[in-house]
Amino acid sequence: MTPTKPKVAFYWCSSCGGCEETVVDLAEAILDVVAAVEIVFWPVALDFKRADVEAMPDRSITATFLNGAIRTSEQEEMARLLRRKSELLVAFGSCSHLGGIPGLANLFNRELIFRAVYLESPSTENRDRIFPQPRYGDDGRTLSLPEFHNTVRALNQVVEVDYYVPGCPPTPRILRTALQTLLGSDLPAKGTVLAPDRALCDECPRKDTKPETLSITECKRPQDLMIEKQTCLLAQGLVCMGPATRAGCEAPCIHGNMPCTGCGGPTSRVQDQGAKILSCLTSLVGSKDDAEIDRILNTIPDPLGTFYRYGLPGSFLRRKIMSGTEGPH
Amino acid sequence: MTEREQNLRQVLQEGAARTNTESVRRRITIDPVTRLEGHGKIDIFLDETGQVERAYFQVPELRGFEKFVQGRPAEDMPQITSRICGVCPTAHHMAATKALDHLYRVDPPPTAKIIRELVYNTFMAEDHALHFYFLGGPDFVVGPDAPPAERNVLGVIGKVGIETGRKVIAMRRRWRELIALTAGKSVHPVFGLPGGVAKRVTPEMQKQFQEVAADGVEFAKFTLQLFEDVVLKNTDYVRMILSDTYTHRTYYMGMVDDSNRVNFYDGSIRVMTPQGKEWKKFPSEQYLENVAEHVEPWSYVKFCYLKPVGWNGFSEGIDSGIYSVAPMARLNVSDGMATPLAQQAYEKFFSTLGSKPVHHTLANHWARLVELLYATERMTELAADPQLTDTTIRVLPTEKPREGIGVVEAPRGTLVHHYVTDENGIIQKANLIVATQNNAARMAMSVEKAAKGLISGADVPEGVLNRVEMAFRAYDPCHGCATHSLPGSMPLLIRVRDQSGKTLATLRRDFDGSVRRD
Repeated sequence: MTPTKPKVAFYWCSSCGGCEETVVDLAEAILDVVAAVEIVFWPVALDFKRADVEAMPDRSITATFLNGAIRTSEQEEMARLLRRKSELLVAFGSCSHLGGIPGLANLFNRELIFRAVYLESPSTENRDRIFPQPRYGDDGRTLSLPEFHNTVRALNQVVEVDYYVPGCPPTPRILRTALQTLLGSDLPAKGTVLAPDRALCDECPRKDTKPETLSITECKRPQDLMIEKQTCLLAQGLVCMGPATRAGCEAPCIHGNMPCTGCGGPTSRVQDQGAKILSCLTSLVGSKDDAEIDRILNTIPDPLGTFYRYGLPGSFLRRKIMSGTEGPH
Repeated sequence: MTEREQNLRQVLQEGAARTNTESVRRRITIDPVTRLEGHGKIDIFLDETGQVERAYFQVPELRGFEKFVQGRPAEDMPQITSRICGVCPTAHHMAATKALDHLYRVDPPPTAKIIRELVYNTFMAEDHALHFYFLGGPDFVVGPDAPPAERNVLGVIGKVGIETGRKVIAMRRRWRELIALTAGKSVHPVFGLPGGVAKRVTPEMQKQFQEVAADGVEFAKFTLQLFEDVVLKNTDYVRMILSDTYTHRTYYMGMVDDSNRVNFYDGSIRVMTPQGKEWKKFPSEQYLENVAEHVEPWSYVKFCYLKPVGWNGFSEGIDSGIYSVAPMARLNVSDGMATPLAQQAYEKFFSTLGSKPVHHTLANHWARLVELLYATERMTELAADPQLTDTTIRVLPTEKPREGIGVVEAPRGTLVHHYVTDENGIIQKANLIVATQNNAARMAMSVEKAAKGLISGADVPEGVLNRVEMAFRAYDPCHGCATHSLPGSMPLLIRVRDQSGKTLATLRRDFDGSVRRD
């Protein structure tokens, strides 16, 4: 082991562990990664990391890959610490990049979530209305839990981010390419999303069947039709996020005969992925009549959850405004 | 300051000092516990004599899926809820898909069920193998008291050879490639729809499944043999497995088929008493009558218990509703395995351990391998089914949706998804009981019991780090993701503090596995 190997860290915040699986799914290639870098930090030991990472000189980690959104006080503190200690901070995966699926919680707030989980759930027995407490004294023994914020934030809403790796999760191929790029001598411009800057349609196996012009008269839901396996899914009437989503994943969902749901986020020319697909779909609506347009658009049962599935916190909308959410987060 | 004031001050100071000394109640924090999917923390409180008074296993995180799925279309649930866990996404995807069948009262065609169960067993195999080789295995293959630097997957490879190491990586890759081929993605599949699956299995895919399934059976047999050679032939290990430190007499829960044999994909839920009698067998739709969740102010996780028995604190026995799920529980509640080789392994499991139910938490590692063999044999059966390649893979739902419940056995245990929708199929309410919650209470007890049995005073021996961890690791095929252990040993910090928070001693295990005191 040479002392000059670049130092790499992985850490996770509010996430599912799928991004970690991507690293495992490098399979045999993981051995090359371990040979090429010194992994100084891995996403499990929170307190240890804190003490250990604090002891490191600032900017001594070459690149930290942080996955997961920021939901708790503890995650925010770790993001700040890792930012300080790392030369490059990489938002790894949809949650860190744009907020991810857990970011849909921004349609609610802490109180509503606590009530749903700890009071209203039909299997929960909680007559004393007990909620988890940030500090709790049990017979003189003090226990603490991190604060649960009202709002889920993407990583760049908490600290400065150098690069982004998209996907839920990013594919092993995207990760491999990102590692090569960041460890190479020719770094891309700060803020770059490390994946091809074109729409998914471009690498879709069905792109030749995408009609020049589409006229949408109804949006179908997957259970409404036998999905044909070769034709463009938009042409079949399904809402496919392909036109508004960054490529690079090699369209595994399309290969699975299901529409793209947008986990790659927008391309660099698009600031808001939901607005992009909305403008794309509305321009295809096959009517000029207001009532008919309404009827057609109402066939999309959950526009917000569909268009902002992975990116509500990082979008222009960010969160639903409701009482009790006026604070910073 | 007058002399009188000085005297008074001195008396007060001495008094305060004496009070401090008398009330010293030390605290050991293991934060975080390692190889856990998500975050975990253990707080251990010692009394004045240095004995463990109480230990808490805390889960410091919450995301609130039950709330934010409200307003989403039900058909999106298989893909949204898989994000609860990226290590076992297929389990959530499948429970959600089955809940959609129930929601729309639609029965998938036979081929769709075969495809689902085939993918599901492929997933169970890769997940179980992952746990044995990367997470739980090192404690046995390398040894609980081996130098920590060797007690990891690299140590396992050192013991069993690099060829075996490559075999494990390659086998797991091939399983996961098949999941992706059929289900779109291995992390977060997309193929589940109410009434079937999105993609058919072609004859070429069937051939691949058959090849991998056959190799999988050999791999599972090899792994069980390895367990026998390394663990069962070592009397110290057997003694440790049987020891009281790792034993709890609780109820057990798992899914069984019509003949009361283990089934991961479908069946009834069967619960056994701590004495091994059938307490109840019920269809999954009746889960609310049988399972309830308890809230503690010191953890974000809820603790499941058997509702008719009741919550009686963190205690074991027939009067406590606490139960356990996951591999050992599944074997305990079943009358056998549905495939021949797994049946043999099942019989050996109980004849060797000498009783049924088996209450020894560490026996989960062995039970997991019995299930690995079953999963690969079941894959072989399903991959050979001529109906697998039929093109009828869906039935379009026609009923109005209202309410649906779907249950599968996740690698970590029974998993329940329950949705209520409006007539347009939009989620109004969702209730999720995930495997970890079923085990949460027993896991908390296990950690406390291990702490009490192993820790005495501030002078914490190094091996205690691993042995306290072993108490929860046995439950934990999914929590611990191999990613965490690949480069070496998991870092861990144990701090011994006095009541004022002052650190008395720190014990640290580094990434390379070395342990040092600060």
